[in-house]
Amino acid sequence: MSKQSSSRASAAIRASLKKRYARERRFQWYGRLAVLIGFVFLFILLADIVSKGTPAFTQHYIRVSVELEPDVLGIERDATRDQIFNANYLGAIRASLRAMFPDVTGRKEKQQLYRLLSIGAEYNLRDMVLKNPGLIGHTSEIWLRAHAEAGSYLKGQVTADLPESDRKVKDMQVAWLDQLRAQGRTESRFNTTFFTQGDSREPEMAGIRVALYGSFFTLLVTFAIAFPIGVSAAVYLEEFAPRNRLTDLIEININNLAAVPSIVFGLLGLAVFINFFELPRSAPLVGGIVLSLMTLPTIIITSRAAIQAVSPSIRQAALGVGASRLQTVTHHVLPVAMPGILTGSIIGMAQALGESAPLLMIGMVAFIMDAPAGVTDPSTVLPVQIFLWADSPERGFTEKTSAAIMVLMGFLILMNGLAVYLRRHFEKK
Amino acid sequence: MKNYPVCALALAALVGGSAMAQAAGRDTISIVGSSTVYPFATVVAERFGRSTGFKTPKIESTGSGGGLKLFCKGVGANTPDITNSSRRIKQSEYDDCQANGVTDIVEVLIGYDGIALANSVQAPTFKLSLKDVYLALAKDIPGPDGKLIANPYQTWNEIDPVLPATKIEVLGPPPTSGTRDAFAELAMGGGAAQIPALKALRGLSADQAVEIKAAMAALGLPAGVYQALLEKDGKAPKGEQLFDTIAYAVREDGAYIEAGENDNLIVQKLAANPNAVGIFGYSFLEENGDKVHGSIIDGVVPTFDSISSGDYPVSRPLYFYIKAAHVGKIPGIQEYAVEFTSQKAMGEDGYLPDKGLIPLAEEDLMQVEANVKSLVPLNM
Repeated sequence: MSKQSSSRASAAIRASLKKRYARERRFQWYGRLAVLIGFVFLFILLADIVSKGTPAFTQHYIRVSVELEPDVLGIERDATRDQIFNANYLGAIRASLRAMFPDVTGRKEKQQLYRLLSIGAEYNLRDMVLKNPGLIGHTSEIWLRAHAEAGSYLKGQVTADLPESDRKVKDMQVAWLDQLRAQGRTESRFNTTFFTQGDSREPEMAGIRVALYGSFFTLLVTFAIAFPIGVSAAVYLEEFAPRNRLTDLIEININNLAAVPSIVFGLLGLAVFINFFELPRSAPLVGGIVLSLMTLPTIIITSRAAIQAVSPSIRQAALGVGASRLQTVTHHVLPVAMPGILTGSIIGMAQALGESAPLLMIGMVAFIMDAPAGVTDPSTVLPVQIFLWADSPERGFTEKTSAAIMVLMGFLILMNGLAVYLRRHFEKK
Repeated sequence: MKNYPVCALALAALVGGSAMAQAAGRDTISIVGSSTVYPFATVVAERFGRSTGFKTPKIESTGSGGGLKLFCKGVGANTPDITNSSRRIKQSEYDDCQANGVTDIVEVLIGYDGIALANSVQAPTFKLSLKDVYLALAKDIPGPDGKLIANPYQTWNEIDPVLPATKIEVLGPPPTSGTRDAFAELAMGGGAAQIPALKALRGLSADQAVEIKAAMAALGLPAGVYQALLEKDGKAPKGEQLFDTIAYAVREDGAYIEAGENDNLIVQKLAANPNAVGIFGYSFLEENGDKVHGSIIDGVVPTFDSISSGDYPVSRPLYFYIKAAHVGKIPGIQEYAVEFTSQKAMGEDGYLPDKGLIPLAEEDLMQVEANVKSLVPLNM
């Protein structure tokens, strides 16, 4: 190669080098832009949910001096527990409200006045009196739960500037609420109800307890079924099965199964577990089985990858010192692969936690107030509760929906964080 | 690490064990059925659960047809105790129930659901017949030679000269809505049935295939439609099915505007546009009497009374059905029904009318209450 031609070549290289660097810089910028766009959307989504959901964690109460005279409650002075349970608390509350605002006379006005307080106020009052029967016969200052519409005004979500026809809280109610606030008779508290109660048709009384229990039981069943089956299948396929047409076919099928839309598993669950095996509808047991079918492929695939990643020298060393194949697997390969297997399983579980479509088919989309005590009691799960609330006409459910989404996302972050931790922790060893 | 499989087995045993224990019975009432009745049933269930010692019933929203199918599957803890329905049980469903051993069914009429056509108070009240409604909104209508043609009407006075000369502009719910189903069935279907050719088609039963095909030819429908229905259901279609496909199809040329599920939004749009007509549930008409007024249909004004007496044609009864065989086996069924039908709930000042239910007349309510207390089975 002559000197001239080589210098020409290097000039060409230099010229193209600049272009190539520019291209790389441009590519990096595209990448940054892509990440930025992703972040912006995530931020908008999170900001929207958090700003809508945060008010759901507070609940307003109104202090009412309730006259708990036996004749108002419609009971005797020495009433039994049953009589106290069935006493007329609604009447007592309404009489107290009328006494506080004596100039309210018309039927419509009275109804508006009663609407300041939650429909659940009478049950709260009943529980208070049951706990402390000494209240009967006295007039006590009692904090009662505010109605969701009144609450939205007290929280400042609705202002009096809006024309009256565009808001649920009417002008009269606004005046009463302002008066109550000026008297120090309103108070904002942390909304424990949201975590301790099941579903309700009144936004201020609705909670996610049933959904949390349901999600827990469902995931328990899912894990109990999918983990042992998934890991056993992965170990057999990786360590023992011969490589032939049949195992290839099985592998393809498992990969395919991972991509099947989840609603298909719901249909299967309805046909097989409910119609054929006659397991109860709406139960976490069936939900868990259906979701375990859905997560099985994920667990098998990730477990196989984890087992494959175990260095062959470990197996050879074990076999070399006389361990059986089973001993090699259980004593050496599995412990090393376990972080990977667990990571995959947790991610599969997180997927199952966020799933609602297959549960539509097996009756878990239902109105349920009492928390389930076991895997066969009817219950819903978190994503389904979100779906139900998003569909409710009452305005107050908007914030409950977002708050439930926040809780669900919290659990997902926790589970994914756990997966990351396990991986880091065991990799160091 | 060796303990993993053992743990898993223990979990599985726990899960299996409690399943066995449960299969024997159930102490929660199981309710399925109509999404229209769901908001009322859930309110009753909640009060029932809070104010009595019974567990709160579980309520699934499966649709009326789906609910009755589950309900009629048989007797036992695995089948629902009550099904809600926004229409009366059909003869075929009743027969299905009987065949599966669900012999005693108690029918409970709970009230009515009215659908209003309304326009802005700034415009005069519409006086429509059901036939006008059908002709204004159907996708295809029978033309001068009896064959179906795309709906040619652009203004109301083209349908009937006494109607105003304004553009047909109707705001209504999308196909996913139950209100839309009821509107299609009651208003569109009711109007179409006033056209003799369509009425004749509806009356034909499945074994009158020749007559059905002749009627279809007269309407200019291709024979493929019959074949498609035959293949879809695996059995010969009834004239009614074809009638439904013709009568319930809403025009898609812009005269009917899908305004979303939010009835409040429709009311706001009507207030802004005096020429438009809106379709929504009666409770929204009542709440917004200052902005919109209901159209008079077949000479009847939509009011609380005309709907509850059944005079207003675009209203439907709402029911629930109780499986009498489960009463006494699963705790609380009758008590729940009694709570539902009590004055406190269903009466004129009760909490259900507060949620938008149109209650029964006083004497009908007393009859229903008595029926529930004595569990009188339905005979069809």
